[in-house]
Amino acid sequence: MDLVLSAEQELLQQTAREFVAGRSSLKRVRSLRDGSDPDGFSRALWTEMARLGWLGIILPVEHDGLGLGYMDLMVVMEELGRGLMPEPMLSTVLLGANALLLGGSAEQQKEHLAPIAAGEQLLALAHQEPRSRHAVHHVETRAAPAGGGWILRGEKVHVLDGHVADRLIVSARTSGAPHDVEGITLFLVRPDAPGVRVTRQTRLDGQNAALVRLEDTPADRHTVLGEVDRGGAPLTRVTDRATAALTAEMLGSMTATFDMTIDYLKTRVQFGVPIGSFQALKHRAARMYAELELARSAVMHAHRTIDEGRDDAAVARAVSVAKARTSDAFMLIANEGVQMHGGIGMTDEHDIGLFLKRARAAEQTFGDAAHHRNRVAQLDGY
Amino acid sequence: MVADTFREETRRWLVANAPAAVYAPPRTADELCWGGKKTRYPDDVKRWLDVMAERGWTAPTWPREYGGGGLSAAEAKILAEEIAKLRLRPPLTGFGLSMIGPLLLHEGSEELKQAHLPPIVRGEIRWCQGYSEPGAGSDLAGLQTKAVRDGDDFVVNGQKIWTSYGDKADWMFILVRTDFEEAKHGGITFLLMDMETPGVTPRPIRLISGASPFCEVFLSDVRVPVRNVVGRVNGGWRLAKALLGHERTMIADAFKERDDARRLVDMARRYVGEADGRVADPVIRDRIAQVEMDQACLDLTLARARDGAKAGHRPGPESSIFKLYGTELNQRRRSLMVEILGPQALGWEGPGFEDEELKVTRDWLRSRGNSIEGGTSEIQLNIIAKRVLGLPD
Repeated sequence: MDLVLSAEQELLQQTAREFVAGRSSLKRVRSLRDGSDPDGFSRALWTEMARLGWLGIILPVEHDGLGLGYMDLMVVMEELGRGLMPEPMLSTVLLGANALLLGGSAEQQKEHLAPIAAGEQLLALAHQEPRSRHAVHHVETRAAPAGGGWILRGEKVHVLDGHVADRLIVSARTSGAPHDVEGITLFLVRPDAPGVRVTRQTRLDGQNAALVRLEDTPADRHTVLGEVDRGGAPLTRVTDRATAALTAEMLGSMTATFDMTIDYLKTRVQFGVPIGSFQALKHRAARMYAELELARSAVMHAHRTIDEGRDDAAVARAVSVAKARTSDAFMLIANEGVQMHGGIGMTDEHDIGLFLKRARAAEQTFGDAAHHRNRVAQLDGY
Repeated sequence: MVADTFREETRRWLVANAPAAVYAPPRTADELCWGGKKTRYPDDVKRWLDVMAERGWTAPTWPREYGGGGLSAAEAKILAEEIAKLRLRPPLTGFGLSMIGPLLLHEGSEELKQAHLPPIVRGEIRWCQGYSEPGAGSDLAGLQTKAVRDGDDFVVNGQKIWTSYGDKADWMFILVRTDFEEAKHGGITFLLMDMETPGVTPRPIRLISGASPFCEVFLSDVRVPVRNVVGRVNGGWRLAKALLGHERTMIADAFKERDDARRLVDMARRYVGEADGRVADPVIRDRIAQVEMDQACLDLTLARARDGAKAGHRPGPESSIFKLYGTELNQRRRSLMVEILGPQALGWEGPGFEDEELKVTRDWLRSRGNSIEGGTSEIQLNIIAKRVLGLPD
């Protein structure tokens, strides 16, 4: 598969770009951040995105999806990132629907996937814990056997869109030690089940996350996704796919940051000339451009690798290369963006700060650059 | 399928005709066959050149009428893939094949094509590039080497510098100033010059690495026939720039075909040690991963540019990032190797140091030039800022 967009993908990209520019705005993103909206995103827009088919791009046709690939999803994610859209694509589609698709039973898929594609159901993956940092297999939440089922007890943090989720997918330990890949089981939990406490978190980037406490929450065997003790491998497959999609979103966000900064260099006048005529800034802008292009290649390659049906290790490697690259590149471009904007870049009024905050949040989501370099070294056997 | 037949036949022919000695890929540029009259190559290398040249496969896509292979792009790709699969070394390399040949194909007169392309294909003539001068480095268009018309000749006086393999080349493509009245870029002419012409004196320059791959070339009343002008008189700058873009992609590509990818890791295991199967020093380990992952991203970006070209996108000034990033990445790689070797990288020659260790040190020193030659990193950044980003002067 070539590293080039097809005519159909270019068309999809154009549609998405026009949609984001026409139906969303950074003003809307700000008002969601500053207001007291209980959702933190727009359900009306979410329904429109469902009608455009975007929620089902990677879902099979039999579950009302489009049955397309990650390269197709990538162009939409990039445009959503350009507009810093807070709608729950990552949580519901990439994490939630994927967990069902890659780990769930036929009945579970039948029950949830079509409503997800239609925009009628929201999902969240509760995998991160106070002490897990970037390790998805670090699970201390316990699932203790009880009368043919389990009792869940533990604490989850940074559960993306957990405050609006109709179902939570919870990783819990049914056996083994906190770091083991084996012994993890995935449970589909209703947020209104006994002992579940969901508390919305307020994060620097204004995007939505929640704390989820499980205090003796009962779970029967119908709520298990996949096999007991065998949830570790599908969990990685799910987070790798979500990470790929996040890198596409980051690519869009950093492109917007870069474009905004280049515009400013061309229009801001000091010493009687546009500041973009100064070589000290030109060279840094050119280096940012190189970083952006390299990031784009890595992001495309990660999505292509998934579409080609390569094995888990190949996908993991491609995704880690892309996440390390986009984490570093987005931080560089956002930091430089603020610096080149000067004083105005430090004000809340200017949009560049929204992108700096998003860069930091995205960097710390699904592992930062150092985490992914470590992972590549491990995959490559050193 | 036709393509499968071609692949099958190609492979069979390669296996039947490649001498055993050319199955190992060369470790350095000096081990490649550059052709020319001034260098003697081992018999097998020469034989490999001759059999490939006879089929035109040293220049697979050039038209048959100029000695080339006349292959389509798809066939040439198959040939390259089969050569790579068999780990055969290229039969011929050099600036004739990669620079002046393609330029002549597009811009040369029929007479120049007939005269110069077939000897390039056969590896008979080795070319060098006469661009930089002592006073014209980054500011190449400021060149002062003068060519004055005298009958059917130009008489050339001046000095070139940083001429790669100037002492081993048979011909030079050279930029000269034919009009001092015109604006700086307007008075430049692109000439082809026989290095045997009286008045041409190449002198190797010793570098900090100890090697001498570059020359100064002194030019004193050198007579070059007017028929050796490529394009038109005073119209050389456009051609020079076209070639520079080509050179930059070539330089980046050269860094892609690097040593065995495991080399950094193997060196680290030996010199830094191992703990639980990992490189023992976590900082070194992280830096190896960084270099290898950056390399992966550069390779992917080169592949993306090629895929884009195949899909009909025109290559633009963004290729400057290949030169910029490829050279600086190679410098980081070479420097990391030295750091992995530690004190064993301090050798220059003699006892106490393995050949491989001495080579690491000299390769590191040589690599410092990567971000200078072929347009400095700063010039590449200027090009990106101006031509890609549209930042004001």
